[in-house]
Amino acid sequence: MSPSTPLGAPMPQTTPKYTKKDFQTEQEVRWCPGCGDYSILNAVQQVFPQLGIPREKFVVVSGIGCSSRFPYYVNTFGFHSIHGRAPAIASGVKLANPELSVWIATGDGDGLSIGGNHLLHTLRRNTDVKILLFNNRIYGLTKGQYSPTSEMGKINKSAPFGTVEQPVNPISVALAAEATWVGRSVGVYPKHLIDTVKRMALHKGSAFLEIYQNCNVFNNGAFDSFTDKEVRDDANVVLEHGKPLVFGKNRDKGIRASGLKPEVVTLGQNGVTEKDLLVHDETSQSLSFLLSRLEPPEFPVPIGVFRAVSMPTLEQRVADQIQAARKKLGEGDLEKLFRSGDVWTVK
Amino acid sequence: MSSESATTSQKSRKKEVLESVVIRFAGDSGDGVQITGQQFTTTTATLGNDLSTFPDYPAEIRAPAGTLAGVSGYQIQFSSGDIHTPGDRPDVLVAFNPAALMANLKELPSNSIIIANTDSFEALDLKKANCKSNPLEDGTLGAYQVYKVPITTLTLKALESVELPHKDKERCKNFFALGILYYLYSRPLETTLSWFQEKFGKKDPKLVEANSLALKAGYSYGEACELFHSQYVVPPAKYAPGTYRNISGNEAIALGLVTACKLAGRPLFYGSYPITPASDVLHELARHKNFGVITFQAEDEIAAVTAAIGASYAGAVGVTGTSGPGLALKSEGINLAVMTETPLVIVDVQRGGPSTGLPTKTEQADLLQAVFGRNSESPICVLAAATPADCFATAMESVRLATKYMCPVMLLSDGYLANGAEPWLIPKAEDLPKIEVKFHTDPKNFAPYARDEVTLARPWAIPGTPGLEHRVGGLEKSHIHGNVSHDPENHDFMCRMRAAKIQRIVQDVPAQSVEGPEDAPLLLVSWGSTYGSIRAAREAAYHRGIKVAHAHLRYINPFPANLGAILRRAKRVVVPELNLGQLLFLLRAKFLVDARGINKVQGRPFKVTELVSTIEQEAKTL
Repeated sequence: MSPSTPLGAPMPQTTPKYTKKDFQTEQEVRWCPGCGDYSILNAVQQVFPQLGIPREKFVVVSGIGCSSRFPYYVNTFGFHSIHGRAPAIASGVKLANPELSVWIATGDGDGLSIGGNHLLHTLRRNTDVKILLFNNRIYGLTKGQYSPTSEMGKINKSAPFGTVEQPVNPISVALAAEATWVGRSVGVYPKHLIDTVKRMALHKGSAFLEIYQNCNVFNNGAFDSFTDKEVRDDANVVLEHGKPLVFGKNRDKGIRASGLKPEVVTLGQNGVTEKDLLVHDETSQSLSFLLSRLEPPEFPVPIGVFRAVSMPTLEQRVADQIQAARKKLGEGDLEKLFRSGDVWTVK
Repeated sequence: MSSESATTSQKSRKKEVLESVVIRFAGDSGDGVQITGQQFTTTTATLGNDLSTFPDYPAEIRAPAGTLAGVSGYQIQFSSGDIHTPGDRPDVLVAFNPAALMANLKELPSNSIIIANTDSFEALDLKKANCKSNPLEDGTLGAYQVYKVPITTLTLKALESVELPHKDKERCKNFFALGILYYLYSRPLETTLSWFQEKFGKKDPKLVEANSLALKAGYSYGEACELFHSQYVVPPAKYAPGTYRNISGNEAIALGLVTACKLAGRPLFYGSYPITPASDVLHELARHKNFGVITFQAEDEIAAVTAAIGASYAGAVGVTGTSGPGLALKSEGINLAVMTETPLVIVDVQRGGPSTGLPTKTEQADLLQAVFGRNSESPICVLAAATPADCFATAMESVRLATKYMCPVMLLSDGYLANGAEPWLIPKAEDLPKIEVKFHTDPKNFAPYARDEVTLARPWAIPGTPGLEHRVGGLEKSHIHGNVSHDPENHDFMCRMRAAKIQRIVQDVPAQSVEGPEDAPLLLVSWGSTYGSIRAAREAAYHRGIKVAHAHLRYINPFPANLGAILRRAKRVVVPELNLGQLLFLLRAKFLVDARGINKVQGRPFKVTELVSTIEQEAKTL
């Protein structure tokens, strides 16, 4: 490791031992009591100290919305920007200084509606930024309008007779956008959330984590049907690389593919065994996409890592080009630059 | 290819010395008009003439061939004297087809030279150009010196021995025409011949051969042909000693940005979404990766500006470039840089508007958008370049001010500067001013919105610096500490502080200079690309005995400190602009001066003659 960052900031010799407290700010947290955002903040503050990265090298960028207040509460460098643009700002940060660990806090409106374009392109470029998408299926900060993930027919302030729009599936979008790491977790599953955020942190490249987050004021209970303690084992399937898709309180249900169609089967019935089930493969884009389409009530909701593949990052490719250009043309020389093309001298 | 090889009849042909000549090449956008013009320009530059060029092309890449909509033009004025514009009206029109002839005819003064390719004046060509009869035959061109040359036929004949498809041979005809002009204006062939080698040598040596033969054949045709009565000489201009190159405004902006960042020791980050006429800045910068330049072709204009802000926040010099419609999209992003007080350079290469407007035509109508076009109180620094070469210095100045004052700087150029070119005296790198960039590193008593006493800039505290972890953003911040604040007094204070900071830039702005007599009762005030034509017009009017002075502004926000005094000492202030009176509006508002405008929005620059006559009228009513 070099003694200083490319931008000249001095780098400490060893990374101090951090605790969660080191990543808390003095700011009073202004989310509503009981908001699902608290558990995400907790997960990030638990994970950051474990990564061996000096605190000053974290940058948390956000857009606008409840989720985007996030940077104020994490004691790192933080940039609370404008609506939807966090991925673009984060891309500039990461390209300017690839040594930074760059995180994005966004929501279903910020990330998928006003900022949908930036999300798409940041993912496809494989810029090494970590995107936490807080999905509460509602607009909270503007007090209760439907969001691009609100279910069809949902009654809310801007659709008093129910929405008439097909919602978007964030995981399918991220996969279609060529994200190299795509996952889903749930605010009310703190351990799963912490583990998933940690895995995400270790990925090199664009990482997209959808987090189901309850808005207890404007969309309370949106995820209860599959996250309540009594039902969650039967209503979720936990994705684990190389393992068959088994779920259920009694671990007796599974997902099988019939041709290209997934179906839920019961182990032991009609001679079905684990060998008949789909085996999760994080490197298969088609399987990841198929899994992203599993939705209740027909299917359990998949949580965990849908896709994880290793590809060169944008900032690496950019740095490689700069290095190649310097090798070929030499370090930039102004006199040479000025004299490129036809010149003439007047005496 | 020297005149020694000329026959007896050519030797007796007189060589006429001219001070300056304006040539316009015109044809289909597929005729190679731009390349032909650029080659004439390069050759002319190396001969040491002063020159100024004006490419003028349609918005369509390939409009229907032969139609008036598809006419592409390239105009050059070259001279042995000092010139400031590409010329009002062509002395010579090279017309590759009837559409090119008809589209340009009304601009031609009588007795000017027309060289027409007769091969493309067939019935179908005439129909495409809406000509009822052949203008070469029907007396339309009675007032001109018309040279009817079967350029295509002669080119094909010259290339008989070359093994190339007929179509490829035909495409060499523009260089046959260029050969004729090289003869007529006594230009050497070498520059263009070696360009063929460079351009086509690796791809196909046959193309080098074919184009070279066409060029030489054109030259010989001019030499041997009885049509031409004279050959012309335009002696070199008197230049200050030094090394020169030809440079367009877009190239100069790119070079200025690279240079400023190299001198500042910071990487340049250029975020941009392709848009006419700004794209060439992106193209040029993408070539200079060995300077550590990062070019980011963003998904849209908003990502282009916000990525640049992110890069600046992380310690690079963030720059974004666009034209008017893109600037509108960047407004919210620019305000984020205003609020977070982050260095940012925005290059606006203006074009005709509103909306998509006239993408390939020039206009100066984004001035008020640049100064005011954002929500709320949003002061930024606004600079404008005057000539293609001046884009270099203005780009450097933009980076210097943005990093020194931690603020957005808008650099205004336009289509005319972007694509026009002129000789540039190459500076010595060691003579260029250093640009000092300081990052804050001391965690002791660090406050993100504390201010420098002189500049009022807040510290540039980049991520990666231990102990400086802090949060910035678009919400109003408290003075010094930078915490989110909704306090009414604080907001009032901070709005005034941001304005005061931009106003402090005035201490870095040189006193405004005035060309012409100091006591002139008539004062022209202008900005941007109109410099050349207004300067030429002022000189012409002055020579006719009119006492008129001219102040051309580079700094529009803030204005130079002495501008008010300059305005007040004139009896009448006249503001020529390629808009409906935007600088005029600012000057009247700021200085309570009863200035008048000279305004034109035709997507074209001012003609010197039209300015001279307006100046004369103004002078008469004084």
